[in-house]
Amino acid sequence: MRTDTIDRFADSLSGADVACTRVEAGAFADALDDVVEQPAVGVPLDIDGVSLDDTDVEVPPTPRLLREAETGVTRVHGIVDYGTFVIQADEAGAEPVSLYPTTHVGVVRASDLRENVHETASWLGEEFDAGRDSAVLATGASATADMGELVSGVHGPQRVHAVVLTDR
Amino acid sequence: MSADRERKAAKIRHLLETEGDAVFENTTHVNAGRYETNSHRDDIDELRTRAREIKEDAIERLPELVETVRESVEANGGEVYVAEDAADANRYITEVAESKDAETLTKSKSMTTEEIDVNDALEDAGVDVTETDLGEFVVQVADEAPSHLVGPAFHKSTEDIAKLFNAHFDTDETLETAEDLTQFARDHVGEKIMDADVGMTGANFVFAESGTISLVTNEGNARKCAVTPDTHVAVAGVEKLIPSIDDFPPFAELIARAAGGQDIATYLSLLSPPVDSPVVDFENPDEPLDRSTDDREFHLVLLDNGRTEMREDDELRETLYCIRCGACANSCANFQHVGGHAFGGETYTGGIATGWEAGVHGMDSAAEFNDLCTGCSRCVDACPVKIDIPWINTVVRDRVNRGTDEEFDWLVEGLTPDADPGGVDLQKRLFGNFGTLAKLGSATAPVSNWLADWGPSRAVMERVAGVDRRRDLPEFQRETLVDWFESREPLATAGDADREAVLYPDTYTNYVLVDRGKAAVRTLEALGVDVSIAPCHESGRAPLSQGMIATARENAERVADSLDPHLDAGRDVVAIEPSDLAAFRREYERLLDGERAQRLAENSYEVMEYVYGLLENGADPDVLAGGGDIAYHSHCQQRTLDVDQYTEAVFERLDYDVVTSDVECCGMAGSFGYKSEYYELSVDVGETLADQFEAQNVDQRRLVASGASCHEQLESLLPQDSTHPVELVAPAVERVPRTR
Repeated sequence: MRTDTIDRFADSLSGADVACTRVEAGAFADALDDVVEQPAVGVPLDIDGVSLDDTDVEVPPTPRLLREAETGVTRVHGIVDYGTFVIQADEAGAEPVSLYPTTHVGVVRASDLRENVHETASWLGEEFDAGRDSAVLATGASATADMGELVSGVHGPQRVHAVVLTDR
Repeated sequence: MSADRERKAAKIRHLLETEGDAVFENTTHVNAGRYETNSHRDDIDELRTRAREIKEDAIERLPELVETVRESVEANGGEVYVAEDAADANRYITEVAESKDAETLTKSKSMTTEEIDVNDALEDAGVDVTETDLGEFVVQVADEAPSHLVGPAFHKSTEDIAKLFNAHFDTDETLETAEDLTQFARDHVGEKIMDADVGMTGANFVFAESGTISLVTNEGNARKCAVTPDTHVAVAGVEKLIPSIDDFPPFAELIARAAGGQDIATYLSLLSPPVDSPVVDFENPDEPLDRSTDDREFHLVLLDNGRTEMREDDELRETLYCIRCGACANSCANFQHVGGHAFGGETYTGGIATGWEAGVHGMDSAAEFNDLCTGCSRCVDACPVKIDIPWINTVVRDRVNRGTDEEFDWLVEGLTPDADPGGVDLQKRLFGNFGTLAKLGSATAPVSNWLADWGPSRAVMERVAGVDRRRDLPEFQRETLVDWFESREPLATAGDADREAVLYPDTYTNYVLVDRGKAAVRTLEALGVDVSIAPCHESGRAPLSQGMIATARENAERVADSLDPHLDAGRDVVAIEPSDLAAFRREYERLLDGERAQRLAENSYEVMEYVYGLLENGADPDVLAGGGDIAYHSHCQQRTLDVDQYTEAVFERLDYDVVTSDVECCGMAGSFGYKSEYYELSVDVGETLADQFEAQNVDQRRLVASGASCHEQLESLLPQDSTHPVELVAPAVERVPRTR
C-alpha cells in the first residue's frame, strides 16, 4: 500500500518535472548530499532519526545564505494527486528557505503523503486549529509565461527535488 | 456613421492592428489549455456546483463573515480595515506606509489595488512602488493598464517587451528571448523585494474563521512580498471572504484550470498573517533568521466600493461570485481578437467586467464596452462558479439604454412596437424589433429587398441606424413558412402518428431562410411525426441582444401564449434556431413565471436533437439523405446547451464524413456583425473560423451551419453556400406526398 502511494506520488512529481529520490532513514544523509548542490541551506527537519546535522547543508539560514545558496532543504508534506509539496511556515524559516534558493529539496515522510486536496484541506484544518496556520501548496518549479514562452525559475526555485523517506 | 460609432470603430481597428495578434495567441493558448485539462476529469461540474454554493452562501452571510475575520485576524495579531471606497482604502494604506516610514513597497498582482489606483496614492505620498508579477511589471514599465485579469500584459508579444525593456533599462546586453526578459525582470524585481519596507498583496480568497488569505500564483512573487518585509498589507474586495479552510478544495482545483489549464497553480499560499516565518532582513545578511526579531505587522484592507450595493442588487449579485480567473475573457471570441483594452472598463476586462465596472465604477464605464458581449454564452460553461455572465451584460445594457438620451427618440417613440421606453438608441431599436421589420419586409418583397439593397438606402441605414453597408442584408421571402405550411393539404397520416410536435418558426426561418423550415417539416414527417406549426412570434432573442428586456419579456409571453395550447395537447416543441432554443431553456426563466418557463424548457428541442431522439427510438434513418463530405460549424449557444452533439451524432448515423470547427464563435452573433462600429471585428473573428476551415481543405465539402447568423457569416467569408443540418438530411421534396 505504502509503495503504491509512493509510486503514484513519484508519477505525479514527474508530471510536474520534479525529481524523486526514495531512501530509508538510515541512508538519508548520503542520499541528500548526492542531491544537493552547494552551497546549501536548510531548516531542521524534525523527523525521527533524520537530521541535517550529518549533511553539508548549513543551518540556520541567514539572508546571505538565502541569496547565495544553490539549494534550500526543508521538510514538506505531500499531495499524491498532483505531486504537490505542502510547506508549513515556521519560525525557523521553512518558507523563505523553500523559496529563495535555485533548487528546493523537500524531505517528505511516506506517512505524510495525502491522496488529494480534499484530504489535505481536512488535515490543514486540524493544523490550523493547533496554531500551525500558514502553509504553501507548491507544485513544481516557479514559472511564468508573461514574456511569451514558458520560463521556469522566476521568483521561486527553478528546480524542485523530492526525497521520500520510505520507512517513515 | 455617427461620430460615436466612428470613434469606436477606429479604436477597435487600431487595437486589432496593434494588440490583436498577441492577445489572440495568449488567450487562445490558455483557453485551449482549459479544455485539455478539464477533459481529464469528470467531476468539473460537481466542483463548479460546489464552488458556486460556497460563494452564494458566503455572499449571503457577508456581514457575519466580516465580523468573523475581524476577530480572527485580530486574534492573530493583525488589523482589519473595511474601506468604504477607493479614497478611504488609499488613505488607510498610505497611513500604514507613513507610519513605517516606508520608502519602498513591492506588490504582487491584484486587480483590487488596480481598482483603487493605490500606486498613484502611494507615489503621491513618496513611496516607490514596484509591481513584482512580471506581467504587471511590464505594464508598469510601459505605463499602461492591464488588458486581462490574469495576464496583464497579454496584449504584448515577446518582441514588444524586448523593445520596451531595451529602451527603458540600461542593460549590458540587448534582451531578446522570453528567457532573457524573464531573467532580467526577475533580478530587477527581486532586488526591489529584498529592499522593500512594505509588501502588498491581494487575496484570491480570505478564510474568515482562521483569518487566512489565499494567494494563487505561479511565479512565487506573492509569497516573497508577503513574507520578506516585516509589514504586509493585503487588499481584497469584501466578496473574497469564504467561511473556512474546509471550503478551499473546490477552488484549489478549479481556479488554475479555469485560468490557464493547469491542474493546480504552482503556488497556493495559505497565509494567516502575521505569519510565523522570520522577517528576512537583507541589510543584516549574516544575522541568522531564527534569531531575527519578529515584529511583523499585518493589515487586511477589505474593500467595499459598491459591493454592498451589488449584493443587494438581484441582477448584479452574481458578479460577486467571480473568482477572477479570466476564463470568460479567454473563451470570448471578441476578446480573443481585440483584448481587454477594448473589452474592458477602467479596471476590469472580459465578460464579467461589465458587472464589475457597473458595480464599482458606474454605468458610464460599463457602457463603453458592454456591447462587445454578443451574448453567445460561451463563457457560461467556462465560468468555474457558473455565473450567467451574458445575463449580467444584458441587464447592464438594459440599464444603460434606460439612462441614455438619444437624438432620434422623437422619431421612433410611438412608432416602434417595442415595450421599452425612450432612450434606447435607434440602432438597438431597429435590431430589437427585427420581427416586425421582417414581417414588413416579407409582405412587401421583392420590393423591400430591392429597396433595402439600393445604394442610397444603404447610406441612410448606415448613417441613421449604423447598419454597415459592407454587410449583405437578409433577403425576405414573399411566401413565409407559416403561409406555406397552412396552404398545404394535411398528410394522409395526420393525427395517427405516435408523436406530435409543434414547429416554432423563428423570424429568420419564417421570413428569410424558409427552406430550412420546409426541410424541418419534411424531415419530421418522414420520421413519423405529426407536425403542427405555431404562429411566428419573435422569441425575444433580438431585443435581448439589444438589452431591451421589457420588449423581450413581452415577446416571451406572446410565444408562451401561442405554445401553451400545444403543450397542453402533449406536443413537443421543436426549434430550428439554436439561439431561440437557448431563450426557451436559459432566458425564459428570467422573463416568465417559473412553472410556465420550466414546462416550455423541458419540452423544447432543437430540431436535430429531436431527429436524434426519433432515430434512437426506432425511426427509420433510411428515409433521410445520407453520405457525403461536409464541413460543419455548430452554434455558440447550441454548444453551451450541449445539444451540438446530437447534430454530430445524426451525421455519423447517416454516414457523413464531417470536419467540425472548434473556434469559439463565428463572430456574427445576430445583429453584431451588421453594426458599423463592430463590422470589422466581426469579420476578423469570422476569419479565424474561415482560416480553420481553409486549413482543413474544406473547399470540396458542403458547408453546414446550425445558426442563421453563422450561415450569413460563413457565406460572406467562404466561396461555398451554406446550409442548415436539417436541409442536408431532409428527404428530397418529391418523396413527401401530397404537398401542394
